[in-house]
Amino acid sequence: MLKILKYSFMDLMRSRWSYVYFFFYLVLGFVLFFLNSDVTKAVITLMNVIIVLTPLIGTIFGVMYFYSSREFTELLLAQPLKRRTIFAGQYLGVSLSLSMSLVIGVGIPFVLYGIFGSTAIWDFSTLMLVGAFLTFIFVALSFNIALAFKDKIKGFGFSILMWLFMAVIYDGLFLLSMMIFDDYPLDKLALGATLFNPIDLSRILILLKLDISALLGYTGAVFKNFFGTGLGLFLSLSLLSVWVIVPAALMLRQARSKDF
Amino acid sequence: MIEVRKLYKNYGPVEVLKGIDIVFNPGEITAILGPNGSGKTTLIKSILGMVIPNGGEILLDDNNVLGQWLYRDRISYVPQIANFPGNLKVNELIKMIRDIRPGARNHGRLIDILKLQPFLDKKLGALSGGTRQKVNLVLAFMFDAPLIILDEPTAGLDPVALILLKQLIASEKEKGKTILITTHIMNLVEEIADKVVFLLDGLIYFHGRVSELKEKTGEDNLEKAIAAILKDSYA
Repeated sequence: MLKILKYSFMDLMRSRWSYVYFFFYLVLGFVLFFLNSDVTKAVITLMNVIIVLTPLIGTIFGVMYFYSSREFTELLLAQPLKRRTIFAGQYLGVSLSLSMSLVIGVGIPFVLYGIFGSTAIWDFSTLMLVGAFLTFIFVALSFNIALAFKDKIKGFGFSILMWLFMAVIYDGLFLLSMMIFDDYPLDKLALGATLFNPIDLSRILILLKLDISALLGYTGAVFKNFFGTGLGLFLSLSLLSVWVIVPAALMLRQARSKDF
Repeated sequence: MIEVRKLYKNYGPVEVLKGIDIVFNPGEITAILGPNGSGKTTLIKSILGMVIPNGGEILLDDNNVLGQWLYRDRISYVPQIANFPGNLKVNELIKMIRDIRPGARNHGRLIDILKLQPFLDKKLGALSGGTRQKVNLVLAFMFDAPLIILDEPTAGLDPVALILLKQLIASEKEKGKTILITTHIMNLVEEIADKVVFLLDGLIYFHGRVSELKEKTGEDNLEKAIAAILKDSYA
């Protein structure tokens, strides 16, 4: 598996888009510090970008890589390798290279502006961890979609729709239901709804860590009241891991019975 | 030796293989023939484990291989369309496959025979179809596997390369290997194949020597014999 991982990783590392992605974060980081040299505030702004952007990039790269490496995959399938090895290797290759672009791209400006001497180091690390989690989650989800559809256009369409749903529509529906069922106690529902969306979950995790109640929002406040900060952090981290493991396992399962 | 027993495969409602029973012997070249969509590639890909059959068994030297993976070390496969990752160079690809699957040794000799040295530093995406097919042949023949499967290996090859390919196949046959080949070029079949399997609508219409097929159809030319079968089946 490590060999497949290595080749997928190298393949992506020599692709132009990895650099575009890397430079985007690099520039974003420097711009943030140029506008405002407070590290904590930069972390919050960055959070809003990362929480929407990493899922989008993970989704698009995942689908794109899967379809464009189809020939490579077929070549590998004829070799004495397990299917699980091939797909797990490719999945990790894509996820790791994207996570690296993120961490290094954002990391350089933060290090230059003295993140190591600042108290925000843990907040920053949490943010990077969440960014990596979101990348792993959405690459796994998009691999699932790409495996299910032979047609590229359909695969792309559904992946973007999936991202849009998680990033935008889900919250909209949620708020709508809050308004409609205003008269009922909705705490439990709100909690449940958060667990089923990794983007919401990530947002709450970071805000719990930053301890900014004003930005927590309704679900975040409920979450904090229900679990407290310590348990809340632990729980949201474990749930994010579940969000990585379940789609990745489903992807491997789907790959096992697919015809090429 | 490879044995296929009652192999079924359907893609959704379309039945592609409807119970194939066949044995391929070592030291024999078997040509798998049939019209487009008759299930040739599906049969080959089932043997390779790329397509997962709905029923039946595939035995390689009496061991069931369905769902297994290590057995592919005993197969050299030349796929139908030689598509490779376009941003890799030829020698990088060869190196990569050797890294993933140890045991290759003939690559140097094959590169010489097929005259691929000038292309080693070129990207695969920039190669012509015929050159890519030669790379494809190197990737398959550099392993010393007892079963060789060639899916349309002649696509894009020039006459010189075609002669080289025939010599390669002949020398592998002498080593006692089991060789399967699909092609639409009947001259090639007549020249190299010991046996012919004719697939029609997912079933074996004929399995035997080329001469027997000619006798059966009453034609003295293989191309005409095949055409006669097809005419019957379309009618």
